[in-house]
Amino acid sequence: MLQVFSFIVRRELRLALRRKGDALNVLVFFVVVASLFPLGVGPEPNQLRAMAAGVVWIAALLAAVLSLPRLFAADYADGTLEQMLVAPQPLIVVVLAKAAAHWLLTGLPLALAAPLIGLQYDLPAGALGVLLASLLIGTPVLSLLGAAGAALTLGVRGGGALLGLLVLPLFVPVLVFGAGAVTATLIGINPSAHLSLLGAFLAVSSLIGPWAACAALRVALD
Amino acid sequence: MLEITTLACERGGLRLFSDLGFALQAGGLLRVRGANGSGKTTLLRTLAGLTRPAAGQVRWRGSAIGDEYHREMLFLGHAAALKDELTVLENLEFASRISCLEISESRIKNALECLGITRLADLPARYLSQGQRKRAALARLALSSGVALWLLDEPFAALDDDAIARVSALCAAHLAAGGMLVLTSHQDIPIAAPDARSIELQG
Repeated sequence: MLQVFSFIVRRELRLALRRKGDALNVLVFFVVVASLFPLGVGPEPNQLRAMAAGVVWIAALLAAVLSLPRLFAADYADGTLEQMLVAPQPLIVVVLAKAAAHWLLTGLPLALAAPLIGLQYDLPAGALGVLLASLLIGTPVLSLLGAAGAALTLGVRGGGALLGLLVLPLFVPVLVFGAGAVTATLIGINPSAHLSLLGAFLAVSSLIGPWAACAALRVALD
Repeated sequence: MLEITTLACERGGLRLFSDLGFALQAGGLLRVRGANGSGKTTLLRTLAGLTRPAAGQVRWRGSAIGDEYHREMLFLGHAAALKDELTVLENLEFASRISCLEISESRIKNALECLGITRLADLPARYLSQGQRKRAALARLALSSGVALWLLDEPFAALDDDAIARVSALCAAHLAAGGMLVLTSHQDIPIAAPDARSIELQG
């Protein structure tokens, strides 16, 4: 089972390597959106510091929503998903592997780019570290819950917009605790409570997200 | 081994067929015929466990279909399940891996030879013609000789005479070795079978 998991992850990474545009688009979108805010609101350092975490996190959520419709769409269109459903190994392994690959290709690069964005907002070094940590814990949630949303909107016309409406409200706790951790650091409060809650949310969504995605995929292919 | 009792299927609220029953034993071939829209594909997808029947049951070795059944079943639908970015070889390797078949590269190359597409092995699937895609998808037959039940949806569509002969030879060998085969086809391709039957779905 672990073999199938790692094989699917490696295959997804190989596919992404052969069409680099998809993963790169998401990262560039994230950087551009997060860089537009200082241009819009003006260069007042205190104001920028206060809004930095929220802006970075919202840009990360939007970038995730941009990338999620593609999670199952190609496999659905070319019949691969059908083969994954009739295959003997549990479907949840496939969903977990696809969510893991999605995080490696979108969540992880976003998290690693975030400290650079934070510099534009004049965040101190400590807050940059907390921003990175909050994104590393929080972005897997976007892939896991997003997988359920992507599966539910599979094959629906205009599914991309619907997907956003469906998953963005689910991402609210991640946004609140992720941005909250950085804000707490800025005002001198220990952010570990926020990060722990983020971790708890990750644990819950790793149980619920893939399970819901499996059920939705079976319905989509009925 | 494969048993269908009082099966009924619906598509979008429309009853396609009802009260369908048959049993397939080792070496058995079942041809499913019927006009466009009579439910041939739906029947095959129901047998594969993808679509839930409106009534009736599909049973394998006496029990309802489950994980064990999927290990002994190969389903090839209309879609070729090939990734444009991957080579033919990589595509077949992936297909065997998710079907839990442990298969070496030399075995995949043999399968390609069986379908007459050896020279396409390292070509990305994007450059294949319709017929070549179909051949590449059907190369899985040569890899699945140990899989008891084959469910093939229109395996001969888009194939030339040479490929049709190769595929029907593979099917005949599978049946002679005690395998089972259910296929839908508009053409009447002769396949040597110990026990051949056909059903006609009324639209």
